[in-house]
Amino acid sequence: MSLEALLVLAAALFAIGLYGALSQQSIVMLMMGLELMLNGLIVAAAAFWYFVAPQRPDGQVLVLVVVTVMTIEMALGFAVQTAVFRSDEVDLTDQATGLSG
Amino acid sequence: MTTIAFWVLAVASVLSGYAVFRVDSMARATFALALSFVAVGAILLLLDLDYLGLVVVVMMVMEMAVMAVFMIMYMMNPAGLMPMSMWHDKSRAMSIAVGTFVVLAAGALLVDWPERQGPPPPDITRQLGQGIMGSKMLVMMAVSAVILSTIVAALVLGSARSRYDRLGDDLDKRRSTDPVRGGVGR
Repeated sequence: MSLEALLVLAAALFAIGLYGALSQQSIVMLMMGLELMLNGLIVAAAAFWYFVAPQRPDGQVLVLVVVTVMTIEMALGFAVQTAVFRSDEVDLTDQATGLSG
Repeated sequence: MTTIAFWVLAVASVLSGYAVFRVDSMARATFALALSFVAVGAILLLLDLDYLGLVVVVMMVMEMAVMAVFMIMYMMNPAGLMPMSMWHDKSRAMSIAVGTFVVLAAGALLVDWPERQGPPPPDITRQLGQGIMGSKMLVMMAVSAVILSTIVAALVLGSARSRYDRLGDDLDKRRSTDPVRGGVGR
């Protein structure tokens, strides 16, 4: 276990999340891709804390912030999905064209 | 021992993360994502982050339980009974993702990272607590304000009819307009 191995793992999780966020049709699945990207961030922040600066709390606080961002993304994502579905009966990204110019 | 555990967990988190977008049912995808989060939480435990690792596991299991409800609400392919394609633009998304991974992994492997500065403190959770109540308090205050506004925004977005629908934009209607009789507006 080394800093490089953890960062490569973080990059893999981030890239898979990006693939999901770009390729999924369902808005809910798109949000799962975003969650997976944030999951990679957790790994990277924890790795930097452990392998670079374990005597400062910065890395731990960053993990806490990312976990918070995940919950906020979930809550607001589902709220937006509910609002969009209520107004247009849309649950696919391809149909959610309300903002397309 | 730690190394073996790390690689097993790393492979498990990546594979279950990939399975999220390959299984043919959104319910299964939720559980695959939960598995990926649990593996990441266990990796945090390997890094001596007892508290944060546990927080990640507990929070993400709860979050996926909530997510499963919404998954069923907006499910495209219930229980995988109806084989269908749930994705679009697959090859372009894959090439962008692979490109991102190559760039990030190259950065991780090629950058000359700084040396470790000192050992971890004896009580790691105490360090976090002292941090958020001391030098990093601004972060937590900002987070608390953001969470409060998230609660308000999610309620506003999620509610079908609010008091403004019932009582008008200035809340000055004498009688509330209800869809069915017998409510507050009689």
